[in-house]
Amino acid sequence: MSAAVGDGQSDEKWAGMMRAAIAGDEAVYRRLLEEIGRSVRAMARGAFARARSGDADVEDVVQETLLAIHLKRNSWDRSLRLGPWVGAIARHKVIDAMRRRGARRFQPIEDFETILAAPEAEDPHARSDAERLIGQLAPRQRDIVRSISLDGQSIASTAARLAMSEGAVRVALHRSLKLLAAAWRSASP
Amino acid sequence: MKTSQLIDALAADPKPQGPSLSARFCVALGAGALVSACLFLAIAGPRSDIAAAAHTLRFDLKFVDTLALALPSALLALRLLRPDARPGALALVLSAPFLLLGAAVVMELTLVPADLWGAKLIGSNAMHCLTIIPLLSIAPLAALLFAMRDGAPQHPGVAGALAGAAAAGIAATLYASNCPDDSPLFVASWYPLATLIVVAVGAVAGGRLLRW
Repeated sequence: MSAAVGDGQSDEKWAGMMRAAIAGDEAVYRRLLEEIGRSVRAMARGAFARARSGDADVEDVVQETLLAIHLKRNSWDRSLRLGPWVGAIARHKVIDAMRRRGARRFQPIEDFETILAAPEAEDPHARSDAERLIGQLAPRQRDIVRSISLDGQSIASTAARLAMSEGAVRVALHRSLKLLAAAWRSASP
Repeated sequence: MKTSQLIDALAADPKPQGPSLSARFCVALGAGALVSACLFLAIAGPRSDIAAAAHTLRFDLKFVDTLALALPSALLALRLLRPDARPGALALVLSAPFLLLGAAVVMELTLVPADLWGAKLIGSNAMHCLTIIPLLSIAPLAALLFAMRDGAPQHPGVAGALAGAAAAGIAATLYASNCPDDSPLFVASWYPLATLIVVAVGAVAGGRLLRW
């Protein structure tokens, strides 16, 4: 199936998944972020190739986009399609990354909806700046983010290990994700 | 960090809570306007002959102008918080206060003899206009920018500038009830200048605070 993001069917599916995610369905949210990640990866790779700037930043763009989607969910109108909203965020992050690289001119990313139709799996060797940026967080926050992302621990087991309440871990995680987004924004290559 | 690991962290983060972006924006707008209204009553207040002035076209036109600036600016600032927003027809509505003002100036120039133009333009309180409008804009602009930080505008500076225009529109609406100069020649010279100051502050602040 090669439906583009702009295509009604696949896009309606994403919007439905996001509505379920916002209502609290964690499994659907995870699947949605994975699908979006694969599409954005293909789009970012295409954009960097056309700008002839190598694909060292592709995984950064994918992760920055996913983080922005997560933190800015509030700016999506639930009655609208999700694809154009995702595309706009991804485009913003590609342009940001190119600017950080000092690119003077950007190829306009007009055709993201068709590029998004050919999703790409993650390169198992690709690494982003996120790990380095997490290192800049305060010790407790760093510990929590590493535990839940790198070590794949649950909120509950992280809370037990750090002798914190689950609520406190959730608050600290959310705050850390916001700080991570801010650190990425101001990161230089 | 691998992307799948980041997704683990995002999925573990709780679902968004609290009111929607537009609800927060409206609360910020209302709260900012209320603070400014209190400040206005404390430092200036409406002019003493307001009851009589309210029956004159020139006085009333000031409020039409300032509200024609405040409302479309606020609506556009809210809309541009969505990353995939297109300004659309609202951007055209933003020209309304300028067209209104332009028409009023033409009308004034035909009605008032040329030797009075200078006096009408300079008025009696230009410095008040240039200081009170920016002062009364501070609370609405700060409240709006704070609420807008949850958004994802394509151009943070533009979104900030529009918040500045909305704040200046609110401030000018309040100040217009105190300002003794009703001539469109005065309004067209000094109000836009005061607005421009606030818009510039909003653009710079937005460019910093609304980045994402």
